[in-house]
Amino acid sequence: MIRLVEVSKAYPRTGLALDDVSVHVAKGEFVFLTGPSGSGKSTLLKLVFMEERPTAGEVRVSGVNSATLKRGDVARLRRKLGVVFQDFRLLDDRTAHANVAFALEVTGAPPTAIPAKVNRLLTQVGLASKAQAFPRELSGGEQQRVAIARALVNDPFVLIADEPTGNLDDRATRGVFQLLREINAAGTAVVMATHNLELIRRSDYRTLEMLHGRLVADTTDPSVAARAAARRAAHDAAARAGDAGASPAAPDDTPDLRLTAQ
Amino acid sequence: MKLALREVLLAVRRAPLLSALGVVTIAFSLFAFGLFGLAAINIRDALRRVEERVEIRAFVADATPVEAVATAMGDIGTFPEVAHVDYVSPDSALARARRELGEFADVFEAGVLPGSIDIRLKADARDPQSVKAVAARVGSYSFIDDVRYGEDWVTKLYQLRTIATIVGLVLGLAFATVAIIIIATTIRMAVLAREREISIMRLVGATDAFVRSPFLIEGFVKGVLGGFLALLLTWLASSLIDRALGFQTAFFAPGAAAMGVLAGALIGLAGSALSVGRHLRRV
Repeated sequence: MIRLVEVSKAYPRTGLALDDVSVHVAKGEFVFLTGPSGSGKSTLLKLVFMEERPTAGEVRVSGVNSATLKRGDVARLRRKLGVVFQDFRLLDDRTAHANVAFALEVTGAPPTAIPAKVNRLLTQVGLASKAQAFPRELSGGEQQRVAIARALVNDPFVLIADEPTGNLDDRATRGVFQLLREINAAGTAVVMATHNLELIRRSDYRTLEMLHGRLVADTTDPSVAARAAARRAAHDAAARAGDAGASPAAPDDTPDLRLTAQ
Repeated sequence: MKLALREVLLAVRRAPLLSALGVVTIAFSLFAFGLFGLAAINIRDALRRVEERVEIRAFVADATPVEAVATAMGDIGTFPEVAHVDYVSPDSALARARRELGEFADVFEAGVLPGSIDIRLKADARDPQSVKAVAARVGSYSFIDDVRYGEDWVTKLYQLRTIATIVGLVLGLAFATVAIIIIATTIRMAVLAREREISIMRLVGATDAFVRSPFLIEGFVKGVLGGFLALLLTWLASSLIDRALGFQTAFFAPGAAAMGVLAGALIGLAGSALSVGRHLRRV
């Protein structure tokens, strides 16, 4: 689904940002990407949604290859993946509803189908009552939820989140993270860059650690797939029980994160 | 298209002052070019009126049969350079001389002045070479005694016209370049003001064409509005000049005025396309 093969990225002025990184993210996975500032997390994510191209190596995302990428491919790829950022990147002069609808409009979706889908997404992120609010009228957590709704509106196979809780207080952080877990439990892969080790420790998701542009640790565990399947099953069961909004709790026996150098 | 128009309206509503500034900047850039154009067409008209006086006068020998003169006039009328041929009889020449010389009218007596064939040339054949060539051909008729066309005057007039044309072209090009640079900069400002919006559009999967279209429409509309405003300002300036001078100067023909507005629209369109294109390559 997402595969980086011996990828390096150098910027003309700041030099090497990624150094020979190879990684694979499978369908439906939840992956944390962590590491200090400047370690290459954002660059790696930018390579995935093709805002940047590698200096060496190949990035393959859902059949799109950075080596043979054409300009039109970028727009097509971005309709298949959702991206959220620390600074939300909402259009300030549009309501929450219009911000989410915008992502559908650019794809040429039938105008009659847009309102219902947007309402469904805003309900899913818990903002149905604030559909007509402008970003300045929303809290940080709410703005991030709008951004997540916008990222999900085209039914992406993966949600890429670059420090989505970086600007949020603890309560909002927990809420947004819970939302991301639910999204993942429903089948969408999530790649989340974060500095928040507490979040990482409290969950059992695979974690990639970056340092100086290199991938220094990957907690890939054979049981990851099994746990993801269990979470999905629990989510499905909850949905069947008419309690789709409730989220399955993380297993109690979630171990503390222990990063293992590759 | 509907979406693109909505985006244009949103952009105008979001930054009405910037949009108005764009239109006014385009208008004043084109207004400066329009004033130059007015000066150019008035100088051209004045020169043309002087050039219309370029005339070849071929004096006919006494006792030349009328048929021979008529045949020659027929021939001369077919020369590609010739616009009009006229025969001035000795009596008419005398009358004209008396009329032109006023108080010295009595100097001339009947039979003093010869008859002549007066030839006017087409606008594109009034350069010294063409005038000289036609004069030489006319002079080759056996019954033509002399051919006059004011060689020095024609040469100087032609030099003046050449200088006016070159200066006009250089100044026109400079004015047009300045106008294009100012307009392109104004449009670039509008694009940069929406840099964040463009990056968000790209982020959610908008194609280049989708991102570009509102800017192209906006650039085109600003260009057309700026063009019309410039035309209005130029017309007002022309009216004020007429009032100050006390006579009517030449104004742009409807076709030229329409071309001016169209030029504004095209500069707006091209400026937008270039600015957004450059920006899109970066995001």
